[in-house]
Amino acid sequence: MCFAFAGFTIFLIAWLVAEIAFRAIPAFREYGLNFITGTTWDPNKSRYAILPEIWGTLYTSLLALIGGSLFGVAAAVFLSEGYLSEAVFKVLRIFNLHFHPIWGKLPERLELLLKNMIELLAAVPSVVYGLWGLFVVIPMIRPYCNWLHEQFGWFPLFSTTLSGPGVLPAVFVLSIMILPTITAISRDALVSVPPKLRMAAYGLGATRWETILGVLLPTASRGIFGGIVLGFGRALGETMALAMLVGNANRLTVSLFSPANTLAALLANSFPEASAREIPVLMYAALVLLAITLIVNIFGALVLERAAAKAEAK
Amino acid sequence: MSKDSRSGVVAEAISNPLEGVNFAELELSLYRPRTLINIILSSVVTLITFLALIPLFAVLWMLIWRGGQKLSLSLFTQLPPAPLEQGGGFGNAILGTLVMVGLAALISVPLGVFTGVFLADAKNSKLAGAVRFAAKVLTGFPSILAGVFAYGAAVLTMGGFSAIAGAIALSILMVPTIILTSESAIGMVPARMKEASIGMGATGAQTVWMVLLPTAMPGILTGVMLAVARAAGETAPLLFTALFSNYWITAGGHLNLMQPTASLAVLIYNFSGMPFENQRELAWAAAFVLVLIVLIFNLIGQSFSRTQVQQ
Repeated sequence: MCFAFAGFTIFLIAWLVAEIAFRAIPAFREYGLNFITGTTWDPNKSRYAILPEIWGTLYTSLLALIGGSLFGVAAAVFLSEGYLSEAVFKVLRIFNLHFHPIWGKLPERLELLLKNMIELLAAVPSVVYGLWGLFVVIPMIRPYCNWLHEQFGWFPLFSTTLSGPGVLPAVFVLSIMILPTITAISRDALVSVPPKLRMAAYGLGATRWETILGVLLPTASRGIFGGIVLGFGRALGETMALAMLVGNANRLTVSLFSPANTLAALLANSFPEASAREIPVLMYAALVLLAITLIVNIFGALVLERAAAKAEAK
Repeated sequence: MSKDSRSGVVAEAISNPLEGVNFAELELSLYRPRTLINIILSSVVTLITFLALIPLFAVLWMLIWRGGQKLSLSLFTQLPPAPLEQGGGFGNAILGTLVMVGLAALISVPLGVFTGVFLADAKNSKLAGAVRFAAKVLTGFPSILAGVFAYGAAVLTMGGFSAIAGAIALSILMVPTIILTSESAIGMVPARMKEASIGMGATGAQTVWMVLLPTAMPGILTGVMLAVARAAGETAPLLFTALFSNYWITAGGHLNLMQPTASLAVLIYNFSGMPFENQRELAWAAAFVLVLIVLIFNLIGQSFSRTQVQQ
């Protein structure tokens, strides 16, 4: 019986793909590959194409990935190096409490608390991040963004004003959302670097950061890379925060302040009121999103699996 | 160079190993670039980590400040207000969220746990590897696509938006978490317990029911709670499967699962886009309640995993 259930899991993925692909067939017949390369979305003339959405999805995810991995990997280093417990230990030593039965546990406890707090970032529902972005982040950053536009308007990134929802707030919230994924996986990779490598580096006279940059990060690079790829997969599929913050404008843009659209946000906004004619079209768009995220996720899972296999072989 | 002179050089180096070493260069001082870089990078990493935590506190603070202010008992008992109407609450959305998450758990827990049993049992078979890989890929599956799937598989075939369709979409997101955590929980049951059970003449099914599952229960419950917490906060899969409703799911005196159903997450999304102050206030209050529910499930899950560690 367990065998049947396990088989069902694989069947489930196949069913997911088949269901969406099957429903997309009519749209595929009608629009073919023009659907992916065109730029108009006009339900009145029933002309549909999703290049701006594909571009928006990749653009916001890549930008969020830059922020998310910078902060995520740095936080992973901070956690795996035990900076916090070291600092607390030093403070306790001043008061001569560092081996006290209760106070002595404080460094470990705080370290664990910090790790849990970073993981808590992932527990907050994305619609709540969307709400926060809409009513807190956008009003807060708008004056600075418009100042940037006035001063550096010639620069493509700042070529429009931020009038409300736009790429930058979406990217900002998105990078917060993928940070915990990247931090958790990178931290695991850094912690599982064999201690003897670190000892050897210290023994050769390397400073802490020479060790981190020269030994720890290269050794853990596969795991970190896998974490970044999975974070990218999460960013691609993230829906609610983007549907609320990105502006839902069907346009191809590189400006950070202009509204844009992503595949997931398009689905979220169009599906509830979709007419029977539109459903195959939206299914086609879902199929494109499915293809992109499955490729990224399978790639990430493979990288992590090979990293784990390599670590075991040592 | 002859062999003689080379051994002479070696001998000299051994007799005076520190000759030619510039001691000033080895000294660790702030004026040396390598120490300076070390300290700068350490501070940068510390700064970045605490910067990363600011959004968490900012979100929590806004929730408590704007959502907590509005909190009152009537929120839990009244229905959502019409535009321009004052007051109102989201009792039906809380009930709808709990009903749909419960239904999703009914679907996904048996599937996930039995798959976990299979994986722990047949560790190295090819099928197990494939299933495990499938579960890992499903973990990163975009939640909106689960909604699209449920739309195709349930809404279109059953002829309308319903709580069942919402629950199906949520269960797809819960299954992989439950599979992976229950596999690791069952894998941690000592092999000797299983062997003892089989040695006493128990069948495979009896061993699973009476030994493996009870022993691994805390770990499995942790996974279930984490999955429930995630599902409770999901919006995208519910948007066009359960849709939304301004009425109680129990309207008419009995639970009707075949009608559009309200949920907290969709309520937040709908109300945040409205231009009315009262609705926005309600969205904040709903967000506060939703985060509380999610955190409570998370904490329950973690308390289970703690009891397991103590065993």
